[in-house]
Amino acid sequence: MFYDVTLRMSCKFGEHTASGRQILRVTPKALAGRQRVIACAVDFQPRPAERSDGQDFFGNVLVEAAYRNVWREIAFVVNARVSRTIEAAALDLSPRLDALGEAVERHWGLGPQSPLHFTGPSIRIQPDDAIARYGRDQVRPGMTVFEAVQAVNNALFRDMQFDADATDVDTPASIAFAHRRGVCQDFTHIMITALRSLGIPAGYVSGLLRTKPPEGTARLEGADAMHAWVMAWCGEDAGWIELDPTNGIVVANEHILVAIGRDYSDVAPVSGVLKTTGAQEIEQAVDVVAL
Amino acid sequence: MPASSWPAVDSVAALLANYQVTPGIADEMRDAGGNIRPVWQRFIHHVAGKTPEQLRHLVASADHYLRDAGVYYRQYGEGGSAELEWPLSHIPVLIDEADWERISSGLIQRANLLEAVVADLYGPNRLAQEGHLPGSLIAASPEWLRPLVGVTPRGGHFLNFVAFEIGRAPDGEWWVLGDRTQAPSGVGFALQNRVATARAFADFYTGANVHRLAGFFRHFRDALNGMRNVETNRVSILTPGPMSETYFEHAYIARYLGFGLLEGEDLSVENGQLMVRTVAGPIPIDVLWRRLDASFTDPLELDAQSRLGTPGLVGAVRAGNVTLVNALGSGILEIRALLAFLPRLSEHLLGQPLALPNIATWWCGHPEEAAHVRQNAGRMMIGKALSTRLPFELDDHGFVGDTLQADGSFEDLLRSEASSLVGQEVVTLSTTPALVDGVLRPRPMSLRVFMARTRDGWRVMPGGYARIGRAEDPRAIAMRRGGSAADVWIVSPNPVAQETMLAAPSGPFSRAVPGTLPSRAADNLFWLGRYVERTEGHLRLLRALHLRLSESPDGSAPTVALLRQALKRRGLDGEAIVPDGLLQTITSAITSASKIRDRFSMDGWMALNDLAKTARRFAGHLHAGDDSARAMGVLLRKVSGFTGLVHENMYRFVGWRFMSIGRALERALFMLENLQRMATTTAPDGALDLAVEIGDSAMTHRRRYAVSTTRETVVDLLGLDSLNPRSVLFSANELHEHVGFLPGASIFGEMSPLARAVLKLQAGVAVLTPTTLDEEALATMRDQAGQISDLISTTYFR
Repeated sequence: MFYDVTLRMSCKFGEHTASGRQILRVTPKALAGRQRVIACAVDFQPRPAERSDGQDFFGNVLVEAAYRNVWREIAFVVNARVSRTIEAAALDLSPRLDALGEAVERHWGLGPQSPLHFTGPSIRIQPDDAIARYGRDQVRPGMTVFEAVQAVNNALFRDMQFDADATDVDTPASIAFAHRRGVCQDFTHIMITALRSLGIPAGYVSGLLRTKPPEGTARLEGADAMHAWVMAWCGEDAGWIELDPTNGIVVANEHILVAIGRDYSDVAPVSGVLKTTGAQEIEQAVDVVAL
Repeated sequence: MPASSWPAVDSVAALLANYQVTPGIADEMRDAGGNIRPVWQRFIHHVAGKTPEQLRHLVASADHYLRDAGVYYRQYGEGGSAELEWPLSHIPVLIDEADWERISSGLIQRANLLEAVVADLYGPNRLAQEGHLPGSLIAASPEWLRPLVGVTPRGGHFLNFVAFEIGRAPDGEWWVLGDRTQAPSGVGFALQNRVATARAFADFYTGANVHRLAGFFRHFRDALNGMRNVETNRVSILTPGPMSETYFEHAYIARYLGFGLLEGEDLSVENGQLMVRTVAGPIPIDVLWRRLDASFTDPLELDAQSRLGTPGLVGAVRAGNVTLVNALGSGILEIRALLAFLPRLSEHLLGQPLALPNIATWWCGHPEEAAHVRQNAGRMMIGKALSTRLPFELDDHGFVGDTLQADGSFEDLLRSEASSLVGQEVVTLSTTPALVDGVLRPRPMSLRVFMARTRDGWRVMPGGYARIGRAEDPRAIAMRRGGSAADVWIVSPNPVAQETMLAAPSGPFSRAVPGTLPSRAADNLFWLGRYVERTEGHLRLLRALHLRLSESPDGSAPTVALLRQALKRRGLDGEAIVPDGLLQTITSAITSASKIRDRFSMDGWMALNDLAKTARRFAGHLHAGDDSARAMGVLLRKVSGFTGLVHENMYRFVGWRFMSIGRALERALFMLENLQRMATTTAPDGALDLAVEIGDSAMTHRRRYAVSTTRETVVDLLGLDSLNPRSVLFSANELHEHVGFLPGASIFGEMSPLARAVLKLQAGVAVLTPTTLDEEALATMRDQAGQISDLISTTYFR
């Protein structure tokens, strides 16, 4: 499936100037066998004083930009053509959940795809008893890893309510879970916390959703801004599988993957601080058109 | 010294009467048979030869030195932190040179091993891939900094300055207790311990063949200087700032080595190059000895919450434009669980066993090791695998094994999070003499040894930093539990070289160019000047007030009300004898000074603290009137003591200009305000005399005008007399002179906006006469002075 992706973000700060240094993770990431990036460009308005393009540890594409005394507004646009090529697995190749621990232990390397990065606590994923209990409650003896992951995914979709006003970008998973409300980031953090407590390596995926659903299907939640979902390691053979708890689905070809990491702090679309006087008003617009 | 001149055996016996070594523990001074070890003999006899009076005196002389040098450390507790005096244990630890050489070569091997391990963890990562180190342990540690993976440090080495904590086991052999590879502290304190201890035992130290420390520092300084791209870049120490526990050491060692002292805020990154923000604009810097933990150094790529860092620093490292000592990420070597693997890693990487063992450690992430820990928990300390603290600094999660077994919680922990736990054998430290109530007593001891990488390889500081326990309990060795610190003497059988920091001259004399002043330091110097001058203004008003109260205690004199109003406008409560506002202003001055202690003489610092201490002591003990007027006089003289020290002794570098500008500006503002209130037609009787008195110009007035005060004489003397150091014109002239010396005062011959504003004020005052210096002119000048202050901030401090 081919897509044309446009993402525009802007920060307005009135009749003031702003300076600072930021790292952007906003361009689709190429991932062997799952996503191809045919063309991609990031353009700034106005041009930053410094710009350098690179990759982070997990292979995410990043752009570092430094601004000096920019007046009124900083904006950038991402234009990309992407092909998403996830093939739905015909068979569940994942081991039984109780055998996953051995499979993880057989992994010794520390390359970016290694499940070892995604097992323990990370900055935004701290062990939480309530979420761990909830995760255990979804799992029945004899389940495969993939079945367990799906069970948690479906349960969260069922029990959590999407609510754009209940949380903000800094809300911990435990609070969002206590209220059973939140946005894609909260769903994702809660599910990662639950999966890791079950011993399943799990990471955070940021990305974009197709804007208009294929005919006859419902529009997915989160299509008007950057979205987030979960990747879970389901053993050597099944590998990483992406699931979207906000929409209660296994990710197929409607999701454009931008960055992966242990939690939000690894993939934040914009990190770093702009120093300015006065309030900052941030806007984003997303358009993902199927070709 | 011939044996016959040694004191009688009796006095040695008396000194050691309470020195009972616990069986099963090694002692530094006594061997297993109870005899004094050879290396200690002369020293013990020397100490035994002192009378109790002499012993008290030598202890006092060391403490005196430490107090005068302002050595302190900061301790955090409930409800904040406090600066505490340095707890020196006066008896040094004596180590035989041959013993020391064994330690040194063992630690050099260890440093090479650690370098190889960290180079792998940030490079090919074979150790994890091949199963020599559990990858899960590395992946879980916040000290393994993913943004640095794949980055080879400029110069090729991760480690350039390391420390090891070592202790002596009951069998007499040395053991490594922990590795300090991130940003080891203590080397400056070790130096202070040496100066103080050598002073206490001055009559012994000189001839005692104790290895000197200066050579080590000289080589390290030269090594760091050698890492620079260009010689004009200044090596600097990166400090977390005055609130850090060991800030004294950062400022001290910077001064000692001739390095700059910078905080993250002083730095910025431009096009991948690290720059220092100075009053002359950004200038490049490329070698930093960091005393700041890596995760705080860059909020952009590392800990986003850090307020101590510099956005883009990691990028500058990646671009190969800066050397950090040690490299960012080297803290991964401090995780406790690594001790479990180093013995095997030594065999694997170096092909040889560890020359100095480290304390036996078992990582519970392996089932067999977990079982071993479970079985032997009673003899172990159980701690967090990823903790970077030393074993005796039991942290919030650390606990001694048997306390855990009792309630079964250890079993639970082993089931649920075994891979986050390690078991370590309980450390039994050796004991060493400490002077307690005039006699020697054994106290547990561990030793910190420092090493620097120089052009000729690793160099070990011949000495160290000994932690001495407060009581027999080896766990009470941490300073926050009442432990103390002692000097370490490496004693040679032969005379040792006398070392100094000065290298032999290698070329013709050249005068060093003074470093450029960081903006933040300029900011603090400017405000120090203002706060000290403001304090003086407060004191003059208070003294005038109390002089009048002593004449009419009911406070009915019309000038009393005027003075109280003047105090109120300055935020001072005129009813209080030592108003809180006064103490606050002094505190602000000290806060500003504390941020620039490396640019400041110790005498000046002590004078300022003495002022604060005296003012606080006065609060609550004074009576209104004469008593208080005299007390304010005392404080005024202390302020003058400080300004005298600073202005008589401080080098006239650009920092001094900023301080003087702050002072002149504050003084002008004070005088303008007083003239506005006291030299007006509406002011009460006596106000003119008051203005002259506060302006410290009564004598001059009598001599110059030989008449009683009139508005004209007062305005002339306090406003327009260029020879009166308190006059507005005098201050304006000062401002003009100093501003002319600031960088960028003229740009291709054109005046800077600041220079223009100062000239405007100066010319404005200079052309006035007592009649034209009216209230409107006073108000205009005050506005101008305020604008000058703002211009200085925007031009130099941003």
